[in-house]
Amino acid sequence: MDFFQDIVIARFNYWIYVILMMIGLHAMIVKNNLIKKLIGMSIFQAAIILFFVSVGVKDGATIPIVSHHGHAEAGHADDAAHPEEGGVQDHGHDEINPDRHANPLPHVLMLTAIVVGVATLGVGLAVAQKIYREYGTLEENELLEKLRSHDG
Amino acid sequence: MKALGLMVVIVVGALLLYAVGDFPAWGDPQSPASQHEISRHFITQAIPETAVPNMVTAVLADYRGYDTMFETVVIFTAGLAIIGILGMARLTDRESLKPMAETKPGDRDMIVINTCRLVIPIMQLFALYVVAHGHHSPGGGFQGGVILGASFILWAIARDLPTALQGIKPRRIVFLAALGVVIYAGTGALSLALDAKLLDYSALHGFLPPAPADGVPNEIMARSHGMLVVEIGVAFTVSAIMFGIYTYLSSMGRLKGGL
Amino acid sequence: MIWQFDLLVLVLLVVTAVISLQVKDLLSASMVFGVFSFLICLLWAGMGAVDVAFTEAAVGAGVGAVFLIATVFNTTRDSSD
Repeated sequence: MDFFQDIVIARFNYWIYVILMMIGLHAMIVKNNLIKKLIGMSIFQAAIILFFVSVGVKDGATIPIVSHHGHAEAGHADDAAHPEEGGVQDHGHDEINPDRHANPLPHVLMLTAIVVGVATLGVGLAVAQKIYREYGTLEENELLEKLRSHDG
Repeated sequence: MKALGLMVVIVVGALLLYAVGDFPAWGDPQSPASQHEISRHFITQAIPETAVPNMVTAVLADYRGYDTMFETVVIFTAGLAIIGILGMARLTDRESLKPMAETKPGDRDMIVINTCRLVIPIMQLFALYVVAHGHHSPGGGFQGGVILGASFILWAIARDLPTALQGIKPRRIVFLAALGVVIYAGTGALSLALDAKLLDYSALHGFLPPAPADGVPNEIMARSHGMLVVEIGVAFTVSAIMFGIYTYLSSMGRLKGGL
Repeated sequence: MIWQFDLLVLVLLVVTAVISLQVKDLLSASMVFGVFSFLICLLWAGMGAVDVAFTEAAVGAGVGAVFLIATVFNTTRDSSD
């Protein structure tokens, strides 16, 4: 039971991310259809972003937004004007415990990655449409045939 | 080819699974990534230095504002690339192999159109709310921009593409996207012109609304307001480009007919 | 995060990824890809990454799946594998 607890529960998330990455990579290499290759690329990207965000997870931590009680003004910064209760609900701005909030840095980097990923998907789909208009097919083997007969 | 691909995938997968054994346990607060000084700095100093409770927005728009500026440029460039790839439709002499489905005006479904008429203004209002409230709740420029773009796409799906394009002409789409990039880079350049570093919003405290008298100093409030200005720029670009990509993808560049 | 729920969503994720790649009809593949996006959004919301989950919900299903469906509509719906 200890082995199960230590090895499997602590790590199974990472195993599944690796499996997802390999599914995406396999699809990009092996599939014949261009759209399937693009879907494989998106799955690969999603798995990598998933892995990256999971690096910032902390047990028992809350979201990286500081909650206010009362008005939304950020108010005075440092000195202990309010007596500290020392709980999870910090009074906003003094004494924010870094262990109680998830790490915001991976979230920021992955926000960029998601939006750039969809822009890349758009460009890939535009190229696929252009190829279809020129050659009438989206299958890789038929495309290679047509290209060879063009040149030869 | 298939066997080779499978073998490569299995080898790489096995190597990665072996490397997973070295990772810290899931959710460990003592892992090196969580203990590093810079993430602790971001968490504890976001409010004192920038007066914004949402740490992700503070890092995205202020501490790492340079990255976000170039990401906006990347999205803009992707939109231009799609317009370049598909927009030359009029110049090719070979017609497409599948004729475009032309829809007659009476074809459209009344339920769909009326539901969209009710839903789209609410979507747009929500998108603007997400952009403006990004400092206190999850949100910000990207999310609001995508929702705004999706509302235009919904209008183009409910009606047909030429009707939706009457409201937002194709040239205006590119203009709005470029305007977003100019807003972002312009804010940075304005800081440069005032003898501070690029994208240092605290130098702009003369132009932005001041903080209330008993609150934080003006320079810190200016960082919060400066973040709002650049988020608006990002929302412009993202919404325009998402709708632009849709118009070109769904009509093969000819901007008639469509989904 | 509750590890049982986590495990269930991850297994569903792998299943939808495999389905999206194996089905022969490209329109179904795009829609299952939208489901994949939503499941990943759930996973991130459980991890505390709310901004990332919001972005993925808006981008993955709202815009990404629509681009795929628009392309499939304009090209062809069947694929050989």
